[in-house]
Amino acid sequence: MSTDVTAKTPAPAPAGKSGAAADGLLRLLVDGLRSNMRQYGMLIALGVIVALFAVWTDGDLLLPRNVSNLVLQNSYILILAIGMMIVIIAGHIDLSVGSITAFIGGVAAVLMVKNDIPWPLAVLICLAMGATAGAAQGFLIAYAGMPSFIVTLAGMLIFRGLTEVFLEGQTLGPFPEGLQKTANGFLPEIGPSTNYHNLTLLLGLALCGFVILQEVRDRKRQSEYYLEVLPAKLFAVKLAALSAAVLTFTMLLASYKGAPVVLLILGVLLVGFGYIMRNGVIGRHVYAIGGNLPAAKLSGVKDKKVTFLVFVNMGMLAALAGLVFAARFNAASPKAGLNFELEAIAASFIGGASMSGGVGTVLGAIIGGLVLGVLNNGMNLVGVGTDWQQVIKGLVLLAAVGFDVWNKRKVGS
Amino acid sequence: MAGPVLEMRSIVKTFPGVKALSDVTLTVRQGEVHAICGENGAGKSTLMKVLSGVHPHGTYEGDILFEGEVVSFKDIRASEHRGIVIIHQELALVPYMSIAENIFLGNEQASGGVISWNETLKHATRLMRRVGLEDHPSTRVADIGVGKQQLVEIAKALSKEVKLLVLDEPTAALNDEDSGKLIDLILELKEQGITSIIISHKLNEIRKVADSVTILRDGRTIETLDVKAEETSEERIINGMIGRDLDHRFPDRTPHDADAGAAPALEIRNWTVHHPIDQQRKVVDDVSISVRRGEIVGIAGLMGAGRTELAMSVFGRTYGRYAGGTVLKDGEEIRTKTVPQAVAHGIAYVTEDRKHYGLNLDDTIGRNISLSALDKVSKRGVVDSHEERKVAEDFRKSMNIKAPTVFERVGRLSGGNQQKVVLSKWIFTGPDVLIMDEPTRGIDVGAKFEIYTVIDKLAAEGKAVVFISSELPELLGMCDRIYTMAAGRLTGEFSRAEASQESLMRQMTKDKEVTR
Repeated sequence: MSTDVTAKTPAPAPAGKSGAAADGLLRLLVDGLRSNMRQYGMLIALGVIVALFAVWTDGDLLLPRNVSNLVLQNSYILILAIGMMIVIIAGHIDLSVGSITAFIGGVAAVLMVKNDIPWPLAVLICLAMGATAGAAQGFLIAYAGMPSFIVTLAGMLIFRGLTEVFLEGQTLGPFPEGLQKTANGFLPEIGPSTNYHNLTLLLGLALCGFVILQEVRDRKRQSEYYLEVLPAKLFAVKLAALSAAVLTFTMLLASYKGAPVVLLILGVLLVGFGYIMRNGVIGRHVYAIGGNLPAAKLSGVKDKKVTFLVFVNMGMLAALAGLVFAARFNAASPKAGLNFELEAIAASFIGGASMSGGVGTVLGAIIGGLVLGVLNNGMNLVGVGTDWQQVIKGLVLLAAVGFDVWNKRKVGS
Repeated sequence: MAGPVLEMRSIVKTFPGVKALSDVTLTVRQGEVHAICGENGAGKSTLMKVLSGVHPHGTYEGDILFEGEVVSFKDIRASEHRGIVIIHQELALVPYMSIAENIFLGNEQASGGVISWNETLKHATRLMRRVGLEDHPSTRVADIGVGKQQLVEIAKALSKEVKLLVLDEPTAALNDEDSGKLIDLILELKEQGITSIIISHKLNEIRKVADSVTILRDGRTIETLDVKAEETSEERIINGMIGRDLDHRFPDRTPHDADAGAAPALEIRNWTVHHPIDQQRKVVDDVSISVRRGEIVGIAGLMGAGRTELAMSVFGRTYGRYAGGTVLKDGEEIRTKTVPQAVAHGIAYVTEDRKHYGLNLDDTIGRNISLSALDKVSKRGVVDSHEERKVAEDFRKSMNIKAPTVFERVGRLSGGNQQKVVLSKWIFTGPDVLIMDEPTRGIDVGAKFEIYTVIDKLAAEGKAVVFISSELPELLGMCDRIYTMAAGRLTGEFSRAEASQESLMRQMTKDKEVTR
């Protein structure tokens, strides 16, 4: 109980420069690190993996072309991981997403290749079908009370089978150019010819400015509420680090063909879902039902509706992943999306989800997905066979979760 | 009479912050049925856990003598090996295994790791006959009633060659017929030389079955009475259970003069609820209560009286199967079929089990407080995290929640502080009626006083408070009016002036037939 005496004299204004402030600063850093151990841990691990492979491949990993590739290669898994993370936070699991990915790819091919439906309309139909598939499963899980593991295991078989039926066992392609350009292409080239991709540079700068503005506004509001804020110096360091990260990545992409369109989609999803899960009422309800379902019910959370929506959302994201995947390979195949559900689940757990639900962040899912993606890409570059790649990815998953369990036990006892 | 089979001498057991047993001595004679009674929290269950090795030797002070030798059990296995078997209130049976499998669970009739089903069935049938169970031994435990499940537990105990059988409130969940059968069985086992300890709240039952009774209060032995030798009246036992000093433990309350003209803030009429699984059982039976603004109304009752069940079924039908009754708010009938409806009508229910039903232990103080009224800190579905944090900070200060920041995980707080978070959460919904279920259970005296002060303040602000508690002094100290419940029925209503521990306890220990 003595901690609350020493820990704080609520500072109404941004803190000063005294020695006490430096103490508080260190304390803040340490506390922040400790309470977000899992996420920072994975971020650090991602950094280490990137650095390791960068050295190992003589810098090939970080060549602009490869970075661009990395994003495109992993985009569909990352899209799935975002949805999967939310499902897992709600205390469920979804095994059907790989099959839905393939199924929607098939539907898209039948619509666009066989029936020449304009691609934007076909995309909308596909997304709606994905949402419907999710809704069907969500209904059984939320309202009929069937376990999500069983329902989505059945969904995995059903949609895989339906894909084969739809495609009559064949591979179908190619897709209209418009879709290919969107799902697999880059932002258009504009403006005077520089050595860099202009639009990407502009977007990067805009993003950088937006991030800074957001941080400054946030800080101002915090001090308006007389809450503690980061000391000015540390705040400046944080801003500089954020800007540097955004700009470096922008330069990397801009020096090749520019930013892939998918990256933009991913960015919107990450920011959007991150915001909803952090600040949306519905996001809060997802954490509550995953963390303690009886308590959430007694608090007036409409648990069934929330669970239902979580699965509708997962279905829609799986459809999106299916479209991106089909367009990237320019064909729909009955064998598409095999084991994608497992990759997405692994990404979520590496990124800090908990088997019992209620814990995790969307950003964590992305970090987890990137860890797997960089491992894949890096090992490909240095020539590790797919056999050993799987072994290594399995070990990484074990290590990540093992570290978490160990860390929790240490803090808990 | 025979000599003692069990002696527990000066047992002291401390948990971090609480002294659960401060000096308990218990002597049980060979071949008798010995009852233990006391209020909830008097230390009965803790004492039995010490006896059976759940709290192993070394974690308590004092000596245990069994059959004349000092024993030191390191776990339940050790005590069972000596022939002491406890049957807990929550039965330890695997519902999807058969009766026979359950009887020999952990003690399989096997040779070389292979179960002999012939042996199992043969011995199971023999044991089942001894306890009067006529079902087939292959029947699943899930398919028989609670009464029979209780008998399976006893058969299981007999399979271990039990010498001392301990039953923790064996009839609490049973109907009258099954209770009667169980009592007869205990007497029968006594004939066969098995000594029993029975923990019970039901005084008429104790008088029927027990040879002697030991009364515990606040972790101490008060007295042991010989039921057969002297004429032990129920009054005598009640006095022993409650007779404690009332210190200055409550805020000075100016009793509220209920504004008799206005309609009650909350009125419940003829409320009946059936058990969620055993649908023949009425858990709440035709209960009508009311509470006015500014009034604190207590509901007293022992375990299984139906108080929590009443509260939870009124609050969004979160318990059991509704079987009739109406709820009126300020004189008008309202629907409280779901939790959001109840909350929208200004009703709040502060659960007795904060860890399971009240809090998300993984989440922060701030997020727990705002969960039930997120719309108050959000616009168009987006939570204003600054506003939320400010609200949480305000509650942290006003409720004196001891934590460095509102970002602390609730799971790391002490019980008293967790309770303050739950209270904050419900106060933040801005309710007119607060139903508080055991708001001071498991928290220390200092925190209790703080909670009482908050409740008093809420009533002074004109809120109606329903105060459910097993601690009579607490009800007497806080309430304007007190209802008593027993076995699902309302058995009495007392004004502050009329109520006394004796009068309440008499109504709380009434059985169904008596009230008829």
